[in-house]
This record gives sequence, C-alpha cells and structure tokens, in this order.
Amino acid sequence: MRLTDLSKGMTALVERVEDIHASDPIAQRLRDLGFVPGEPVRVVARAPWSADPLLVQIGSTRFALRRAEAQRVSVSANGEAAR
Amino acid sequence: MSQAPLRVALVGNPNCGKTALFNLLTGARQKVANYAGVTVERKEGRFATPSGRKVQVLDLPGAYSLDSTSPDERVTHDVLLGRYPGEAAPDLIVCVADATNLRLHLRFVLEVQRMGRPMVLALNMMDAAKRRGIEVNVPDLARRLGMPVVETVAVRRGGAQALIELIDRTTAPAPGIANAAPASPAAAGDDLHGTVREILASAVTMPRATDARDDTIDRFALHPVLGPLILAFVMFLVFQAVYSLGKPLTDAIGDGFGWLGSLAGAALPDGPLRSLVTDALFGGVGTVLGFLPEILVLFFFILVLEESGYLPRAAFLLDRMMVAVGLTGRSFIPLLSSFACAIPGVMGTRSISDPRDRLATILVAPLMTCSARLPVYALLIGAFIPHRTIFGVFNLQGLVLFALYAAGIVGAMAVGWVMKKLSRDRREHALLMELPSYRLPRVRDIAIGLWERGAIFLKRLTGIILALTVLMWFISTFPSPPEGATLPAIDYSIAGYLGRALQLPFAPLGFNWQMSLSLIPAFAARETAVAALATVYSVAGGDADIVALGHSLTQNFSLASALSLMVWFAFAPQCMSTLAVIRRETRSWRAVVISFGYMFVVAYAASFVTYQIARHFV
Repeated sequence: MRLTDLSKGMTALVERVEDIHASDPIAQRLRDLGFVPGEPVRVVARAPWSADPLLVQIGSTRFALRRAEAQRVSVSANGEAAR
Repeated sequence: MSQAPLRVALVGNPNCGKTALFNLLTGARQKVANYAGVTVERKEGRFATPSGRKVQVLDLPGAYSLDSTSPDERVTHDVLLGRYPGEAAPDLIVCVADATNLRLHLRFVLEVQRMGRPMVLALNMMDAAKRRGIEVNVPDLARRLGMPVVETVAVRRGGAQALIELIDRTTAPAPGIANAAPASPAAAGDDLHGTVREILASAVTMPRATDARDDTIDRFALHPVLGPLILAFVMFLVFQAVYSLGKPLTDAIGDGFGWLGSLAGAALPDGPLRSLVTDALFGGVGTVLGFLPEILVLFFFILVLEESGYLPRAAFLLDRMMVAVGLTGRSFIPLLSSFACAIPGVMGTRSISDPRDRLATILVAPLMTCSARLPVYALLIGAFIPHRTIFGVFNLQGLVLFALYAAGIVGAMAVGWVMKKLSRDRREHALLMELPSYRLPRVRDIAIGLWERGAIFLKRLTGIILALTVLMWFISTFPSPPEGATLPAIDYSIAGYLGRALQLPFAPLGFNWQMSLSLIPAFAARETAVAALATVYSVAGGDADIVALGHSLTQNFSLASALSLMVWFAFAPQCMSTLAVIRRETRSWRAVVISFGYMFVVAYAASFVTYQIARHFV
C-alpha cells in the first residue's frame, strides 16, 4: 500500500521509495530525508482541500508532502505494531 | 601576534538553529551579500575568542543533502570543498544539529564528514532536548562519530561557550581535529541512515519522537476547518496592525520631511535649486522613507510568524489552492509581503527553491495591492464614489476599495493559471516542506532580521528612486514658461509635452492629458500620481488639500474616467523599483520584459473595458 492510503494517525513502516522515472530527484530527496526501508512513518494531518498535501512524520521530523510525492512511498501497514 | 583570522563555516539542516547560533556568535557584526552569480544569500560575521583570536564565521545556506541540484545546496557543497570561486575553503566546519531531531540531522553530519575536512559537531537546542527528556551521551556520540561534539543553546546568552572554547583551541589547519577523516568508523559505508540508527541506539535515549506541545498546537492549527479560520484571523490581525501602527508613522515621516523641505526652502533663494531641494530631494526621499514603517511593521509580524514556525503551516493549508493557480504554498509568504510593497515580496521569493515556482511568484507579486496604491485609491474614491449605504450594511466606498484589492488577487490567480497553461514545463515541482517545531521568537533574532531587511531596502532603493525623482522634477520644471504665460507652468515643460503625447494611446481608456501625465511620476512611485494631479490642476495647498483636489477632479473628468484610472492602477506595470528588483533577483531582462508587458496589456484591456462600459451606464 501507498503512503497516501494510510489513514490519519496510523503508523506504518516504509518499504521503499520508487523512482517514477529514471534518476527521480524527488524520490532521491525523500530517501535523503529518511524515507528508507523499515523506518516508521505516520500521517499526522491532511490539508483542507482534497486532503492534499499530507503532513507526514518520519523520525522526529514532519514533512508536508503533496499526494504525488507521497505516492512514491510504499508502506506496510502493521499499524501500532510498528511502535 | 597578528595572524589571518580563522575561517569557520556553519552548516546544517534547515531549522537546526544555525542562524540563531550565528547571531549569538557574531552579534550585529554581520555582512549580508550574495554569492557571485546566484541569488543565494552570503552571510559573514566576525568575533574574537577570549584569547584574542580573530574568527571569521560564514553562515552557509541550510541543506538537507549535498548531492542535490538546488542552488543553495550547491553553494554549500562547493564552499565546503573550497571549490567556490573566490571563497577559500574553511579552516573548520561547524556542523550544527538540532539535538531534538538527530534522526534527520545526523545523516547530514555524516555526509559532511565524508568530505574529509576538519569539523566539529554543535549539538544545538540542548535546552529543548532536556525539557523533552532526551538524553544524549555526548562522549559516546563523539567517539562513534570520530569528531569533537559540543553542546550549544543558541537562544541563550553564553549558550555557545563550549563552542567558542573549542574554536579557541583550534589552530589552522586544525591538526587535533583532522581526525574527522573519511577513514573514521562512522563514515564507512554508504548506508548513512543505517549508521545513524546505530549511533542513536547507542548514544541517545528519546522518550517520545515528537514534542507533545507541537502535537497539541497542530491539532488546532492544521485542523481542516479550524486551521483556515485561525489563518484568516491571524492575517486579519496582521493587516489591522500594519494600517493602525504603520500608517501614522508613515504620515509622520512624510510630514517631517515636508517640514524639513520647507525649512531648507526658506533658507534658499527662489529658483530651480530651491525647487530641486524641497520637491525632489526632501519630497522624494520622504516618500521612499515613508514606506519604511509600514514595511517594517509587516516584516515584524512576518518574522514573528516565521520564527514561531507558523508560516510553514499556513503554506501547508494553502498549498492546494496555490497549486491550482500555478503557484505553490511557499508563495504565500512573499505574496503576503507584497501587500506592503512588492520589493520585499520579490526579494522574499528566495525561500522558494523551485525556479519555476519562484518565477511565477515574482511575476504575480506586483498584482497584490501595495500600500503605495492606497493614496491614489483614497483620492479617487473620495472624489467620485458617493458615500452611500447599499443593501443596508455595506458602504459603497468601502466596497469599491475592497473590489480593487480583490481585483488584484483574482488577477494574480488568473495570470498564474494562464502561465501554468502556457508553460511547456510538465515536470513535477515538489513541495517537500519541513514543518519545524514551534518556538518562541527571540527578540535578538527578530531585531537582526528587521535591521537586515530595512537596510537592504533602503540601500537598494534610495539610489534609484532618488535619481528618478530628480529626473521627474527636471522634466516638469524645464523649460520654464514664457513671459506672460497663462497656463500652469507644467504645460510648457517637457512633462507637459510628454503628457499630451501620451494622451494619444490613453484616450480610449478615458484619460485626459493630465491623467496621462500623472502616469509618468507614478512609474517612479505610485502615490506621486496624487501630487502630480495636484500640480497640474494647480490646487492651492498641494496634495495636502485632498478635498479641494477631489473637487477639482470631479469638474475635470467623468466617473467613467475615474473608474478606468483606478482599474489601471490595480494592474499597471509599476513601479520602476519593482522592475529593478525583478531584474536583480532573476538576473534576467526577459523576466522584466514579460512582467512589464503582461501587466501593461492586462491594465490596458481592463481599463478599456471599464471605461467603455461605464461610459454607457453612468
């Protein structure tokens, strides 16, 4: 499942970040920011219009990601078990 | 012992408190400029250690990673390696990390370490870390990283003591610190995130990943319904403050310069010199300076909101809407500044990392109704729009003013949307914006921020406005009217001829030659249109006597012309200084031409339609 499918407040583990085209700088930046396999991630809030962007917590940091950006991150939903 | 100062570079992730640490180290002894060839800010400061050692500190742009394509991060990368033209490699790198956010920041520390330069780690925000119960085993951390680690609290006096002592012990080139070489255990291997996890597991205990206080505030500030309401309320308060605090100060400065001008005028003999000093020098400089209070008040609030961490939240709430019109959530802050003046607004677009988003924001920023347009609107609305209540609650004059503000915003949205459609650029432009922890803004940082912006504004703009005001004065004074002239002096001047020549293209908009002429000084500073109209209609008392001027205007042109002129001012390509700043910030004449061109076309079309429709109905 994708990070965009994660419901608000749920924790999941990052599986991987996909490049949507060759050498995708946005995917690379996401990996630099800590979206690496096994990292717990949580959707903290959604913006008022079209729930875009999402506010995502990774480590101790919160990033606003547009849905198109969050779409690159696949997560495994083992919910609270990840904590 | 005189020796070259030790060159120290501060680096770190955005939001690590690097700039606060820089302010604490160097105080007000800062030099702000640009790196050659790019609009990336270069901040340098100096201080002396207790032993008298001179230290030169460079505050490098914040970076998440060093192998990126963003201009800021490239500058940081090149300066650290000593590859940036004209910048010597630093003798010592101080990598700053937020002790409450080590999971992210330590990765960057490791990335910098791989460059193999002498470096130390400053664990900043140790006060916040202690408050949240985060324990850092500093000796263990230093051993695992293979570099010296000091604790700092950038927001407390003396909070950089340990860092200063460490710098004091450093001799260039730092032999004791050079052990931070790539060979050190921490930097081995490519899996920086894995290394960070290992280090954290051993050296740091963290009871909770986030600050409970942040979570509580964000539950309200980012709530889908409450969030936008809170944002609207905050914006309302800011604008109230700008007009109720800034406006009286602005008027006082204008009056003060008028008074100085008349003092100087009394001391000088009658003639061109006196007119140059009173009208051009004092009048012109007074006008420019007059904007400073409103701009500073607005910037004060913007800095407070920025330092507190709220502005990125506003950008988060508005991003979707802004994207729909070809902008980004990050455009919100510069566009907000543009309501005071487009110049700081355009300068503020530096915070937008994506070049296309930045250019789009620069192009629409002048459409936000800046404070210089208010005097013109006030004059025309007061003279032409009847003081009448409609639908029982609304004041017609207020509605017209509101419509003019709304026209600017709607115009900006339309222009952004059209640019998005016309653009061949179909690449994805990322948001990827960090929402930092909330912080109480510090007086020192706000004061330094205000000082910086005020100084940049004055330094860059008094030059051009002053020159232009003198030029304007010259063309409206010379040649002098012939003997026995019956018309106002300005009719015989170069400006008079220009006005009549300009009337040709502007006649379809309903402008007479006096209105057309007032567009020339308005190009230097919009509010001078009021003074220009006062001069050409030779109203006694000049622009101070707004009522008499308004009365004179209603006798000389129609309501349709007045509406058309107001619409012109809402969209017109003005002013000169804005165009100069666009040139400076984009380093491209093309952006200036596009900006001038599209606004001219939009303003001309909108005024034409307004005049032709209004002529038939009123």
